[in-house]
Amino acid sequence: MKVTMDVNGAREERDVEPRTLLVFFLRDGLGLTGTNVGCDTTSCGACTVLMNGQSVTSCTVLAAQAEGASITTIEGLARGEELHPMQRAFREHHALQCGYCTPGMVMAAVSLVSENPDLDERGVREGLEGNLCRCTGYHNIVAAVLDVARSARGEAS
Amino acid sequence: MSILGNRVVRREDQKFLTTGGSYVDDLVLPGAAHIVYVRSPMAHARIRSIDTSEALGAPGVVAIFTAADIDLSPMPPGAPFVNREMSRPWLAGSVVRFVGDLVAAVVAETREQAADAAELVIVDYEPLTPVIDPATAEANATFVHESAGTNVALRLPEDLVTVGMMPAEAAQEPPDLFEGCDVIVRQRIVNQRVAPCPLEVRAAASSWEDGRLTHWATSQAPHAVKGELVQLFGVDEDAVRAIAPDVGGGFGAKIGGYPEELFVAWVARRLGRPARWVETRTESMLALGHGRAQIQEAELGGTRDGRILAYRLGVIQDAGAYPAFGAFLPMMTRLMLSGVYDIAKVSFSSCSVATNTNPVVAYRGAGRPEATAALERMVDIFATEIGVDPAEVRRQNLVGNDRFPFTTPTGTTYDIGDYQAALDRVLEAAGYAELREEQRRRRESGDARQLGIGLSSYVEITNGIPGSEFGSVEMLADGKARVRTGTSPHGQGHVTSWAMLVADQLGIAMDDVEVIHGDTDLVPRGVGTFGSKSLQSGGVAVYQAAGQVVEKARRLAADLLEANPNDIELDKERGLFAVAGTPSVTRSWAELAAASGDEGLSAEVDFAAPGATFPFGAHLVVAEVDTETGLVRLARIVAVDDAGRLLNPLIAEGQVHGGLAQGVAQALLEEMIYDEQGNPLTSNLADYAFVSAAELPSFETHPMETPTPLNPLGAKGIGEAGTIGSTPAVQNAVVDALSHLGVRHIDMPTTPLRVWSAIQAARSGR
Repeated sequence: MKVTMDVNGAREERDVEPRTLLVFFLRDGLGLTGTNVGCDTTSCGACTVLMNGQSVTSCTVLAAQAEGASITTIEGLARGEELHPMQRAFREHHALQCGYCTPGMVMAAVSLVSENPDLDERGVREGLEGNLCRCTGYHNIVAAVLDVARSARGEAS
Repeated sequence: MSILGNRVVRREDQKFLTTGGSYVDDLVLPGAAHIVYVRSPMAHARIRSIDTSEALGAPGVVAIFTAADIDLSPMPPGAPFVNREMSRPWLAGSVVRFVGDLVAAVVAETREQAADAAELVIVDYEPLTPVIDPATAEANATFVHESAGTNVALRLPEDLVTVGMMPAEAAQEPPDLFEGCDVIVRQRIVNQRVAPCPLEVRAAASSWEDGRLTHWATSQAPHAVKGELVQLFGVDEDAVRAIAPDVGGGFGAKIGGYPEELFVAWVARRLGRPARWVETRTESMLALGHGRAQIQEAELGGTRDGRILAYRLGVIQDAGAYPAFGAFLPMMTRLMLSGVYDIAKVSFSSCSVATNTNPVVAYRGAGRPEATAALERMVDIFATEIGVDPAEVRRQNLVGNDRFPFTTPTGTTYDIGDYQAALDRVLEAAGYAELREEQRRRRESGDARQLGIGLSSYVEITNGIPGSEFGSVEMLADGKARVRTGTSPHGQGHVTSWAMLVADQLGIAMDDVEVIHGDTDLVPRGVGTFGSKSLQSGGVAVYQAAGQVVEKARRLAADLLEANPNDIELDKERGLFAVAGTPSVTRSWAELAAASGDEGLSAEVDFAAPGATFPFGAHLVVAEVDTETGLVRLARIVAVDDAGRLLNPLIAEGQVHGGLAQGVAQALLEEMIYDEQGNPLTSNLADYAFVSAAELPSFETHPMETPTPLNPLGAKGIGEAGTIGSTPAVQNAVVDALSHLGVRHIDMPTTPLRVWSAIQAARSGR
């Protein structure tokens, strides 16, 4: 079947099997391998992307369900050379190690802050509960997200 | 000013944050066939027949292989001294030995087609009695490996004596072990089986061209993978290139070459086209090696006033269906048996057994967390028994600063430490007296939420496997440096750290240092990254190679400037060589590289440290335990860790953070559970209680730096220490919260059900 969607600002149209998941549409169809697969039960969040501005686990969305949608992956987050504040904060806070959970974690964090910049530590921890990381112990991830949330509220970090 | 010791943000992050890493499954490999394995759904069964006829006719299927098709010698043993009759076949032939054991390989044009066809392979199993409980495996009449005639894979100390690793007299238990002890406490402790769970599952890809193999693997040790492939196919060293591209975490479980991975190369050769494989998370939970899995019988004796005199630990190690490194873990436990304490008399024995479960491998700490967990639990039980504060008991028994190098009763020599300072520091940072006061208030008021304060003093061994690690530095024509390292980072930040080391020595910018790793064509030798060894072996090699390049450059500059080499100085601020006192006449790195001609300006070092190093520290955990529900909430984790001199505190802290989280994970949440028939009950991330951000507090970390004399950087390893220290601190905090109710011990993971049950049992006097 034919699927059309907007991915990182470009219109993409592909023929796919009906059972194709959005994550494989992105990875295999478009070569956007920044989005990773970490589990098979929608538990780890590694495949998180933005669909119409909201975070979704792309392993649990059919490509067909994204028909006409606007998708943002990690590859589409920066504006040219300029990193998104969340990307910058992850780097400055050493919020990544092996990097595998990172794209999904960053996308989930972007969505979390945009939904509610008035976040405290508890809010970040619970908001990111569905994104698993094995390397960082989450400490620096939480610090990075709180930093971005503070900036989004117009406070000095 | 030196960049060493500064909090330098990582250079590798840009890629991870914008396009994502380049992991094995991201590889574009045109024409590759996809492999999906048929795995055993039974823990122990005889294979009566395998019918592949229907599957062979499925769309896209290229081939299906079973054990009968394989013309390879058996897999090499995964560890020394382990019973050779228990080695692993490539695919199970007549018997399957754990749920997840490999039965057949289905190869198709696409991954989906291979997965669909694998469902159509019909295997007729005749169930056999499974051996699941390690505690009874030795006495079990059923053998996991019939030809072995036993389920014992390795036994210490007897096997140690046999292989000559210890003098016979030292292996014997002193006859009067507990003589002179006023108090002897005993406890059976289960250090449960856990799943390492790197976020990236295993994957492999292989391509043969003109008799030469290129093999990509999710590995911590690509040179070892190359060695295995060379041996496997009986080809020349030059005929195999192994590549570990970006690897999404390993934690010890990605050290070894698994049959699933190596077999991909065989399929590619057999079919004459590239082949690739990636597992699902469920497969990974079933068949990526598990960790820990010890049953411990501990006894500790001492005086009423708190002096520990004797300690005995007996271990049953579950090694799983094909005992490899897991069988060897008690060796590491034994090395660290007496921990930070000066205990005169100790005794250790272990029995590693085969069971019908997934093989156990190295997992963050590998045998040392098990040693620390047992000892730290016993110290707390002893302290409770004699009514002395657990901090005070620890203080009384720590190895003093004047004792280093200190050789323990099990023959381990600790390089250097300051255990007292670490303990004092953690007590002070946590506000120990105030915490005890708060605990007392809650106990007196009968608060439903009781406070627990858990301590752990630890020491562990890093870079413990003798041998060298490779590092080279080459000055390029443009004045930039190229580093090749035998380490294989998968999150540890070597691209940043090694650049710091070289930039510091050469006086060039970090951005002008390229670091190459993980490719056996580009790095001539290497051991890899595990056992918290990288900085103190591979990092030192790179550091020394850079030093040698500077020396060569100095001599070259002396020739060019017609001066004595001793008068040539490297101005590190400018990256220029000049004659002392004449700073205006200089030679740049690029000029020297050009002048070096064919010989080049480079150096290679294989650095072998004179011995292992022993990081140490003290952790304190504050837990709130809800006595009505059994739920544990961690209020604080305070960690003092000393891994010698820190090269990049930002990265070192990150290692500690991850270690702490994995310690909490084992203490509170995670357990890989098999039922009595050997069915895994926690075989995906929905069932397995992988620790998330929501269960953790922010960490309070306090570094200490006691440089080791064993390498020029003064560095010890920091990768595993966090896990080793935090696991018992969390468990001790949970028990401590309930000790006044009569709770003496709760096995990990201290789940609400276990905690609640322990409270009920204590209240009813059971």
